[in-house]
Amino acid sequence: MAEAAAAARWTRRLVLALLLAPALLWLAALIILPHADLAVLSFRQRVAPREYVASLAQYRSFFGEPLYWHVFVRTALLSALATMITLLVAFPIAWVIAKLARGRISALLFVVCLIPFWVSETVRTLGWMILLRESGVLPALLVHLGITAEPVELLYHDATILVGLVYTSLLFMVVPLVGSLESLDNSLIEAAYDLGAGGGAILRTIVIPHAAPGITAGCIVVFMLTLGNYLTPTLLGGKNSLWFTEQIYTEFITRFNWEQGAAFGFLLLALSTAMVWLGLKLSGQRFSDVMRRV
Amino acid sequence: MSTGVPPATAPDLEVRALTKRFGAHAAVNEVSFAVARGSFFSILGPSGCGKTTLLRMIAGFIQPDSGSIDIGGRDMAHVPPNRRPVNMVFQHLALFPMMSVGENVAFGLARRGVARAERTKRAEAMLERVGLAGAASKRTDELSGGQRQRVAIARSLVLEPTLLLLDEPLGALDLKLREHMKVELKQLQSAFGTTFVYITHDQSEALVLSDRVGVMNHGRFEQLGSPQELYYSPASSFVAGFVGANNRLTGTVLAQDGPLIEIDAGGLTLRARGNVRLPRGAAAEAFIRPEAMTLARTPGELPPGQSALSGEVTDMLFDGANSVVLLREAQSRRELRIALPQTGTFADLKPGARICFGFDPERAICFPAAPAHS
Repeated sequence: MAEAAAAARWTRRLVLALLLAPALLWLAALIILPHADLAVLSFRQRVAPREYVASLAQYRSFFGEPLYWHVFVRTALLSALATMITLLVAFPIAWVIAKLARGRISALLFVVCLIPFWVSETVRTLGWMILLRESGVLPALLVHLGITAEPVELLYHDATILVGLVYTSLLFMVVPLVGSLESLDNSLIEAAYDLGAGGGAILRTIVIPHAAPGITAGCIVVFMLTLGNYLTPTLLGGKNSLWFTEQIYTEFITRFNWEQGAAFGFLLLALSTAMVWLGLKLSGQRFSDVMRRV
Repeated sequence: MSTGVPPATAPDLEVRALTKRFGAHAAVNEVSFAVARGSFFSILGPSGCGKTTLLRMIAGFIQPDSGSIDIGGRDMAHVPPNRRPVNMVFQHLALFPMMSVGENVAFGLARRGVARAERTKRAEAMLERVGLAGAASKRTDELSGGQRQRVAIARSLVLEPTLLLLDEPLGALDLKLREHMKVELKQLQSAFGTTFVYITHDQSEALVLSDRVGVMNHGRFEQLGSPQELYYSPASSFVAGFVGANNRLTGTVLAQDGPLIEIDAGGLTLRARGNVRLPRGAAAEAFIRPEAMTLARTPGELPPGQSALSGEVTDMLFDGANSVVLLREAQSRRELRIALPQTGTFADLKPGARICFGFDPERAICFPAAPAHS
């Protein structure tokens, strides 16, 4: 009897291990191993061809060179701004999908948010460029309407980068928001209204506290995606974009300085970790609760 | 008419010819009634009768198509729910899970701009009045069903509304708690003296709690009266069938004898009180309460004046004071429900036994048969 029970237990464990194997392999091979290698890379310095010593030189050069950390801070701030704007744009959309639209309309609105992802990011961003460049559609329209005398260059501004980032991120904010707003019982809103609350007070005291895990989840995902985005800032911002991922790319590919690139990569990882932690602290949420909403 | 301060005798709620249509369907159809200050008014009806729509119009969540609502003597047209002197206890209570019990009760005060210290004090005093002293810092999910109910009521009453609306608040509770909360609601209402408007599909809740009841069906009030009036003198066959247990016998009119109408119900001839004149041959429905009938072993034991009927016992349903015997009447083969006397005289009846019974025609009531769609 006891042997049979033990055998059954081992079978259960084996099944569990086999089920988890693909995910664990993926985690080990594609996340942990490369990062361990990058960590080693970032803490060494090349003193002669094929000769390396352990050092903090890569990190020191980051803090020593103002351009590097200016770009770093700028990337963090613009990403935070893009996240805020995405939240403000996505909230009404999510509200309509979750609370106002019925059945088909609600599904249709979801598809509208999904449509940008049917086109590859490169093609989509190039589409933005066709619209916004000096000889493009929008500047021509502005001249035609008499708003500007001559075509203006709408590309290569920070605002352009923000528009592109918000556009790309919208879906990732809408999905967790819809989830958390759908679970809000309408009678709570009615009860608050009945007890004398107006629209603003209901939003502040009922809707936002209820949707907080969804809001935090959406903000974390969008912030991470934006911070690590390469294509959108580079194409829409051009030379002025000064996005940190672009610097990492330059170190690895153009300057072939893998050590510096690895250090930058780790700084970016530290930044996103710090920002997520800060976001959770400020909103009083727990990571496990929030991740269930994504 | 509505000049100056309304007199103290003015009703707290006055509804006139209120109508709401959803497409071609009239959910609430020309309903008028008034609720006196400090009274407990119930709207009783089956699901889908329009009672929820009516309540939501009084609360302000639904705009009526026509008619008017006066609360505390003021016309409520175009007044949004958050500006009405009315509060509502929702069916599933709708306590705010993101707030403590105390914050729930203080919510409405905060919206009125009452200072924090003052509203905490008033919320705690209110919680004490409903028997929840010291619960202010608890989370709402730490409370039992009955306690949550009291928080929902406290949250509304702390605002001292002219009218408290209750949307089947006992529906989600189990039977035992429901019986207990029924008594508690009645006591709270008399302690606070607030006018309650209560909707329910449970006739026993309406009878026990209310000063007056409106019985609603297909968007209209079938009858408006005290629980006793509804029970003893129903105004329509719907009320007779819906309020309390009743035996319903359909048949055709044989003759009218003053206030009594003689009916042939499938071979059984019986007499019942009728409020309208019915021509010979008209379809009619007679209702006899289970407790209005007397059981007897022999016809001679029946009270004088009652014609003796007989039947075969099909089942005994023992339920303490509410025990009944089901029997099949000998001539019409109709099934009837008769209350067993409290004395236990007929406790030994077995299915298959033959038994006599009779009833006073004054305690039976007769209506024209309801058309298929009213």
